[in-house]
Amino acid sequence: MEWKPVTLSAAPLDQSWYEASARARLAGLLDADSFQEFIGPEQRMMSPHLPLFDLPRAFDDGMIVGHGLLEAQPVLVAAQEGRFMGGAFGEIHGAKLVGLLRAALHLKPAAVLILFDTGGVRLQEANAGETAIAEIMRAIAIARAAGIPVIGLIGGRAGCYGGGGLVAGTCARLVISEGGRLSVSGPEVIETNRGAEEFDSRDRALVWRTMGGKHRRLLGAADAFVDDTIGAFRAAALAAIPAAPAFDLATLEAEQARLEARLDRFGDCTDATEIWGRLGVDDPTAVPGLTTEAFDALLDRLPEGPHHAR
Amino acid sequence: MEKLSFRHTTQKALPGAKASAITGVVASGNLEVLLERNLAPDICAFEIDTAINGYAEVWAAVVADFVARRQPGGLTITINDGGARPDTVSLRLAQGARLMEMP
Amino acid sequence: MAPNRIRGGANEGADGMTDWCQERTAREARLERARVHADGKVVPAARVVDLLEAILQPGDRVCLEGDNQKQADCLARGLSACDPARVHDLHMVQSGIVLPEHLDIFEQGIAKRLDYSYSGPQGGRIAKMLYGGQIELGAVHTYLELFARYFIDLTPNVALIAGVSADRDGNLYTGPNTEDTPTVVEATAFKNGVVVAQVNAIVDRVPRVDIPGDRVDFVVEADKPFYVEPLFTRDPGAVTETQILMAMMAIKGIYAEYGIRRLNHGIGFGTAAIELLLPTYAERLGLKGKIATHWALNPHPSLIPAIESGWVSQIHCFGSEVGMDKYIRARPDVFFTGSDGSLRSNRAFCQTAGLYACDLFIGSTLQIDLQGHSSTVTTNRVAGFGGAPNMGSDPHGRRHPSDTWMKAGREAGGTGDPALRRGRKLVVQLVETFGDKLVPAFVERLDALELAKKLNLELAPVMVYADDVTHIVTEEGIANLLLCRTLDEREQAIRGVAGYTEVGRGRDHAEVERLRARGIIRRPEDLGIEPLDADRSLLAARSIKDLVHWSGGLYEPPAKFRNW
Repeated sequence: MEWKPVTLSAAPLDQSWYEASARARLAGLLDADSFQEFIGPEQRMMSPHLPLFDLPRAFDDGMIVGHGLLEAQPVLVAAQEGRFMGGAFGEIHGAKLVGLLRAALHLKPAAVLILFDTGGVRLQEANAGETAIAEIMRAIAIARAAGIPVIGLIGGRAGCYGGGGLVAGTCARLVISEGGRLSVSGPEVIETNRGAEEFDSRDRALVWRTMGGKHRRLLGAADAFVDDTIGAFRAAALAAIPAAPAFDLATLEAEQARLEARLDRFGDCTDATEIWGRLGVDDPTAVPGLTTEAFDALLDRLPEGPHHAR
Repeated sequence: MEKLSFRHTTQKALPGAKASAITGVVASGNLEVLLERNLAPDICAFEIDTAINGYAEVWAAVVADFVARRQPGGLTITINDGGARPDTVSLRLAQGARLMEMP
Repeated sequence: MAPNRIRGGANEGADGMTDWCQERTAREARLERARVHADGKVVPAARVVDLLEAILQPGDRVCLEGDNQKQADCLARGLSACDPARVHDLHMVQSGIVLPEHLDIFEQGIAKRLDYSYSGPQGGRIAKMLYGGQIELGAVHTYLELFARYFIDLTPNVALIAGVSADRDGNLYTGPNTEDTPTVVEATAFKNGVVVAQVNAIVDRVPRVDIPGDRVDFVVEADKPFYVEPLFTRDPGAVTETQILMAMMAIKGIYAEYGIRRLNHGIGFGTAAIELLLPTYAERLGLKGKIATHWALNPHPSLIPAIESGWVSQIHCFGSEVGMDKYIRARPDVFFTGSDGSLRSNRAFCQTAGLYACDLFIGSTLQIDLQGHSSTVTTNRVAGFGGAPNMGSDPHGRRHPSDTWMKAGREAGGTGDPALRRGRKLVVQLVETFGDKLVPAFVERLDALELAKKLNLELAPVMVYADDVTHIVTEEGIANLLLCRTLDEREQAIRGVAGYTEVGRGRDHAEVERLRARGIIRRPEDLGIEPLDADRSLLAARSIKDLVHWSGGLYEPPAKFRNW
């Protein structure tokens, strides 16, 4: 009998970003067949630490790096696999991203795209992971100072937490979807340290309205809110490249002033919906249910216009 | 963790010319399968790293069925397993073989 | 048996004349005692215990309405608060043992004997109490069977039911979750019993009359709305690739093959996967309009994409589903709705529809043995089967043909004049070879037999008997049991799809290959199913939120299924 794959014939751009593997995201995000991997799985560059803990390893250590084309522009890309160890940063995982960012200085791509999907640093190799976070932030700063936009895309299962949240904060532009969550301390961490009264990590609605894509967009922590499709992320990544701000003193001072003003204005709010109300959203409780189209229309209607980070 | 190796002879080579393919993700109840076309056309070798000990017999049965049904001659198949159920392993192997057959 | 149900010499009055109205007289006495707690028919929630103690007599047969969905929970709390010195030894005859109170009353001595159908969440506790002898068990019925006995030998003396609202005359609006209520009331009210309804609100005029007021004796305004379990909601986010593979096999190897148009789906992720593949996979196979058009089904949220894509002609429902009310109201061409616009469900009618008017039942189970008997009862859980045994059986009273039914009948073969052969209903078990925690679904011997032995039951709690099952679908393939001609073939057909369980590994490989050559076993590759398609991207909805978007915002999922 003849086999005709239905899935593979369906347009890859219509696939869910949240559901796709890191490899599938890259394949769909970049121009067809343009992705070339550095240190592919066949090289078996795996974690030297996980066997000590009797844990399984992955051929790519959950980080896929390489180069490809985005509408014919050369870009460097890094994608985290959120299902392997929660996308957490370990030694190899982190080193691959550091190496990619350093290579950018020589290869001068149109942009570096980081597809975040991470819970933070891997506990089993925490020192190496924490070091990697610092090295990555430094490498991003150097790359941006050299005029290379570094764009973060957030919409995976693991969200973007811990050190990943810090790294995201150094990017020139962030694109986020409904499924994406962006924060430093995760819901469980907050609950463990401050109690369930402070933050009930099992209240999924609370988690999403505090850390989810819409809130981050409304606060100006992310620069674009997109549908959960690979096509939507591709379009937003393309738009983000020319919009990346210069990495200079003026940008940093403006950002500092914006963050101070934000804290003054919303520091006493106890729930995201209060912030949205103060931003001029008529019906804050309806925000989580809005489609992307309706949400974008809402952003346009806000009295002061959307915030843009960095 | 347990390491398992199997080596089978096949009646034919797996069709297609793709040198390698990877499918699946190492996660709880899931596995990744790396397929490389680097052996004689009537040989198929398996290297398995599994998170759950004591299932060598089931792995042997799953691998033997896969070889019998798909005839994956010429392949080295390396598996990182996060503790997948046998049905998931079978499905992943079938998917990997299909990827290697595709143009 | 309650003594006042026995006729004969005992009914003779002092004058030697037969008194034919003892039950009615007894009913009047109950009502008389109870009236002091009521204002007309209306009783405040605070007086429930007084009311029940006035009505109930020791040994009464009582239906405390509760099924797999809605619960007369205010009345259940009231019953468990009654004084066991006044109310005791009740014989409970009800569909569902679901709330803790349903079992508390046995511990308290308020109730003694039990006849029921379903006990999902209380399955573990009920097993313990059965072992401990705290419950005298009549039988674990199917819904329809228990309803039938309401009219023959298990007629309730008192029915404690639940509705959405009532007026002061007792006219009752049961709302979308009508479910068992009309059946329970029919059996009780027309046979001298007393009917007490709890309602969420007393209103001047009910939106529609589901139960006429002359069948309702008292109406209790409950302290909070009755509880409804969102039993049929399956989050598409949790559907696995294995379930998608199995759903593709069911669609291509059974639905398409037999042209299944009239059907019922059991609960589970397997059937949810089928529903979510109709607008994608089945659509691409060109099956729209040819399969899955007429349903006996609860309003499964996972069917929304198929409905919205124009697959579904109509659905009759056993009950409703939390969050589906607005959606149903907006789709009266598909669902049965009342003059007020909301769903009218009816478990007895829908069970009958599933039994006689559907050509296929497909559902899951926990254990299947080598003959094909299946059960969800294990030695430490007595879950009961609800409607599955009726849905999953071949009704010998059926007399109308359909292509599907006739084709299955031909496959089953048989001797004698072909013109006298009946058709067969397709009864399909959709099971993954390993369940939770790698527990095998295929076993040499059902745990149900062990349980029957321990509890000294005359009849082992089997959900679907082997002679009713026509197909077993696992991730390894489809076994068509209709085509098996000997018990050995049947056993090897089952082993041949039992994967890597002990039962599966114990197969005769050569015989299984022969069965495959005859089409009795079909693998995904025999059906032309591409393993790469076993991917979540094939689902029409991948999250609860996707379902909300499909419904145009009309589906309102309960909080536990939302992340917004």
